Amino acid sequence: MPLTIEEVQHIAELAKLELTEAEQARFRDQLSAVLDYAASLRALDTSAISPTATVLPLRTVLRDDTVQPSLSREVLLANAPEAEAGCFRVPAVLE
Amino acid sequence: MELHTLSLTEAAAALRRGETTSVELTRALLGRIEAHNPALNAFLTVTGEWALELARRADGRIQSGAASPLTGIPLAIKDVICVQGVPATAGSLILKGYRPPYHATVIEKLLAAGVVILGKTNTDEFAMGSSTENSAYGVTHNPWDPTRVPGGSSGGSAAAVAAGLAFGALGSDTGGSVRQPAAFCGVVGLKPSYGRVSRYGLIAFASSLDQIGVFARTAEDAALLLGAIAGHDPRDGTSMPTPVPDYAAQLQSGGSPVGGQSLRGLRVGLPKEYFVSGVEADVSTAVSAAVKVLEGLGAQAREVSLPHTEQALSVYYIIAPAEASANLARFDGVRYGARADAPTLWDEYRQTRGAGFGAEVKRRIMLGTYALSTGYYDAYYLQAQKVRTLIKGDFDSAFDDVDVIACPTSPTTAFKIGEKADDPLAMYLADVFTLPANLAGIAGVSVNCGFDRAGLPVGLQLLGPAFIEDRLLRVAHVFQQTTEWHTKVPAL
Repeated sequence: MPLTIEEVQHIAELAKLELTEAEQARFRDQLSAVLDYAASLRALDTSAISPTATVLPLRTVLRDDTVQPSLSREVLLANAPEAEAGCFRVPAVLE
Repeated sequence: MELHTLSLTEAAAALRRGETTSVELTRALLGRIEAHNPALNAFLTVTGEWALELARRADGRIQSGAASPLTGIPLAIKDVICVQGVPATAGSLILKGYRPPYHATVIEKLLAAGVVILGKTNTDEFAMGSSTENSAYGVTHNPWDPTRVPGGSSGGSAAAVAAGLAFGALGSDTGGSVRQPAAFCGVVGLKPSYGRVSRYGLIAFASSLDQIGVFARTAEDAALLLGAIAGHDPRDGTSMPTPVPDYAAQLQSGGSPVGGQSLRGLRVGLPKEYFVSGVEADVSTAVSAAVKVLEGLGAQAREVSLPHTEQALSVYYIIAPAEASANLARFDGVRYGARADAPTLWDEYRQTRGAGFGAEVKRRIMLGTYALSTGYYDAYYLQAQKVRTLIKGDFDSAFDDVDVIACPTSPTTAFKIGEKADDPLAMYLADVFTLPANLAGIAGVSVNCGFDRAGLPVGLQLLGPAFIEDRLLRVAHVFQQTTEWHTKVPAL
């Protein structure tokens, strides 16, 4: 089932990706092809199979809740495109 | 002596005997990088001055008798692994200028062992690809034929080792990104079991599949490298507390069921689903000849079945993009990397991500977002996770009957640059024999087992149960002791 341009635009908005019209058309075709290919999965009866999210036997690994050294605020802000007063600076969120 | 032609193990022995110094080795490789990297584009960043400083320190350590086997050995690091203060791009424009404020655990371990870091190697953007053509910083060229890709996504690391620009390298393998480029470049590439090596400081692609792996020219070298980076890390909740064997020592004797230079009693499974049409004739021929070599050493080959092989590609291309779409949400232009100037925060996000990510990364974020979205989650993502259970079960059953599985690493040898760039599905098929191991969490190694009629390397893939890397390395080592494929080097 091929995707529509509207669906492509909806997914792009969910993923916060600005796409050109050419990209939208290309992704509509390419994603449709991949999804068509993946549709064969639905032919398998998996009603009795549980899903695998991780192959490891580990579940909810905990550690002692103790304070440990961590990176300084200056170091963590050093890569920011904009920083001010010890914070990351972004465009206004509220009016 | 042409220093760069030594294996890692030979270079380490020469250092210990005082026949060379780490500074000498490092200068020799930096010279080769300067001469050949402009044509190969294997390295994105060369850390020459730091490398020489590390080399001088290593020489001091060797003289004082406090050296480990890797002390003074120059290595290359894939650019998805964080090295403090050294640019990490992940092959993406969105991370241009980013300098990690910390070392990945594997880097801490290697530096503690005294290695020399030569620089960061090219990769498909965020490790998404099979050719390095998806790097925002240009394709890497295959040292065996510069008109061809080196494979991917760890193509820069594979090409660097094949071209004699490094004695070994780190890569990452989410669906074959260490093994497939190792095959295309004719070197050894090992993907450890999921949980064997800490992922702390590895820029995440698909967290339930990603694993850091190693490149080298010999299985012996790979054993040394794996031993140095493996083990539990409290900073990675998915690293296993399983003890780390002495992989290098196990090459000679351990790695049951057999010891010495014989493979007597080793049961080798040949999955019938992997020896099918679609595999290039020269690849089939070379892999079949390699299986004959194993049989000549005493191994017993038998057919096994992995019935859900056909579904693995679909499962992978639902699960990996789904995890990627979540992991890559962090690239929003706020804390690091490039940012588009926009009047509102939402526009800043859209434009930063629209301009910063390349086509394949956008494609996978879109695919993953779709598979996780309301109305499609059960049909795609949940169903893929269930079929993943079946795929893992296929391997569990196969390993009841055999000790290792042998098959081609990739259906083809290195393809031409541009050949598959516009056809995502055709590109995805390059990983059809490697990605099931990631879904099952098991270990795999690719070792050069010959050449096709165009002179391009063919990879033999050996797969083994989780946490049995020692067995794979031993089989690969014994194979290399019996054959000479690993001694062939490309003419640059």
